Amino acid sequence: MNEDDADRIDRNRRHFLTVATAATGVVGAGFAAYPFLASLQPSARAQALGAPVEVAIGSLQPGEMIRVLWRGKLIFVLRRTEAMLGRLGENLDNLRDPESEVVEQQPEYAANATRSVKPEYLIVEGSCTHLGCAPIEDFDLRPSENWSGGFFCPCHGSKFDLAGRVFTGVPAPLNLRVPPYRFVRDDLILIGQDTGAA
Amino acid sequence: MAKIEAEVGKPQGGFMKWIDDRFPFTETMKYHITEYYASKNFNFWYVFGVLAMVVLVIQLFTGIFLTMNYKPAADEAFASVEYIMRDVQWGWLIRYMHSTGASFFFIVVYLHMFRAMLYGSYKKPRELIWIIGMLIFFVLMAEAFAGYLLPWGQMSYWGAQVIISLFGAIPGIGESIVELIRGDYSISDITLNRFFALHVIALPLALIGLVFVHIVALHEVGSNNPDGIEIKEHKGPDGVPLDGVAFHPYHTSKDMVAIIIFLMIFSFVLFFAPEMGGYFLEYANFEPANLKATPEHIAPVWYFTPFYAILRAVPDKLWGFILFGLSVVLPVFLPWLDRARVKSIRYRGWIYKSALSIFVVTFVALGWLGVQPAEGPYVLAARILSVIYFAFFLLMPYYTTIDKTKPVPDRVV
Repeated sequence: MNEDDADRIDRNRRHFLTVATAATGVVGAGFAAYPFLASLQPSARAQALGAPVEVAIGSLQPGEMIRVLWRGKLIFVLRRTEAMLGRLGENLDNLRDPESEVVEQQPEYAANATRSVKPEYLIVEGSCTHLGCAPIEDFDLRPSENWSGGFFCPCHGSKFDLAGRVFTGVPAPLNLRVPPYRFVRDDLILIGQDTGAA
Repeated sequence: MAKIEAEVGKPQGGFMKWIDDRFPFTETMKYHITEYYASKNFNFWYVFGVLAMVVLVIQLFTGIFLTMNYKPAADEAFASVEYIMRDVQWGWLIRYMHSTGASFFFIVVYLHMFRAMLYGSYKKPRELIWIIGMLIFFVLMAEAFAGYLLPWGQMSYWGAQVIISLFGAIPGIGESIVELIRGDYSISDITLNRFFALHVIALPLALIGLVFVHIVALHEVGSNNPDGIEIKEHKGPDGVPLDGVAFHPYHTSKDMVAIIIFLMIFSFVLFFAPEMGGYFLEYANFEPANLKATPEHIAPVWYFTPFYAILRAVPDKLWGFILFGLSVVLPVFLPWLDRARVKSIRYRGWIYKSALSIFVVTFVALGWLGVQPAEGPYVLAARILSVIYFAFFLLMPYYTTIDKTKPVPDRVV
């Protein structure tokens, strides 16, 4: 290439065109990417199906637990006996978060000693905070193992007490999550919505 | 032979010339097949690349036929698989070919990777072939994982629950990522539908593309061999490596024998033990997904268990995720971790030979521990073996430097 040729090439113009094309392309790619990423988010139907569910608890006896689904998640509803409630204060030293200090794991109104709105009823997500397996209820007392009842995850051995609080020395890092809920009546709870909580 | 080559080499006129003027058919066949020279001393370990291609074809072919009867919907998927197994003519055979094929894919690929470790096939100048191969392995893992959700059995559901939950361990954005993978607040019909899309379109396309690139890169550099000698360094006057023989017909004829024997073994498993005692298809997966109860004993399919054992060995969620990820990714760096001057195990010293043997035992033992319950002695053993697993890679720059190697001959004997 001789000097005359070099003079004829407007390098500024070429540089401007390169940068302008690249910048426009990147912006365009960004706009084009958004709908595809957004389509991966829960759809309107999934959100609608995630609406609150009502659970009738009138026939639930003390010591009994039922399993319901909310947003496809397993929810445990346990009616605790007086004896069960009495044992909640026993093992605090072996619990990772006995005072429910991790705010994401329960609504404010459940950040108390029983992790519930009404002490008698425990409502927690039946999803181990380790890797999401469903814990199994194990309410038997076994003093020899220092076990005063709670939940046991079969996948990786995490343990939780009767308020869904995680023990130390197990892979699960957090207490079982308490979903938002409220009592519509004494015998009816609404899981997934808590505005106007009792 | 020279006469044949001369004939192939010149434009032939007629139909082939018409094609070759428009598409480099003859040229491509020569470059990749009839005039691709690989070392004459290939052994048993060199059949697994071809076998992986055979399994890929089996999977693609049977997969297309399964798709014709499978329904990717949460309330229909399990029943449609049972329909394939019971009502579709020969459906059981096609389905078992596909599920057995998945396990054989990993058997073949693990042996193929082990071959690379035996003979240093990942070392310069073949680093990129190795990295592309590792990407193939990652896509294969994703493909197998997505495929395992599709029958919507108990293990499909809870296995996916565990693996997807792993990403929730990432601080801050973990939960959003999990929701983006699932497309819902839990694993649902929506998740199943998108895993189906990934399993039958996105990942197979990526797999085929990567296999193509893997082979192009291989044919550019040339195949390694059990002596780790660069045969291109000694070429005859015709430019052909003196120790090389043409891929076709010399290596292909040997590969045909391997393919036939492989298919005999494959058929034996397919007809007599398609579930392989619960290792290829887990018993819990013959029950439809139950969102309210995890199976008592949960374990991934055998090909993921070594990594799963490492995950379980760590008593912390985030570190478990990190070490699990690291254990899968670390082999990518082998070309730079291995500082030995020789490639093949034949010319290495006792240190690398011992290290590789220990590594193989560790990998298999971790795989066994991955299907055992996570209790007492099993957890302890998994912790010790996890340390050995990482030590094999992380200490490699050291022990391959001090290891005494033997001189490598110039030519393949």
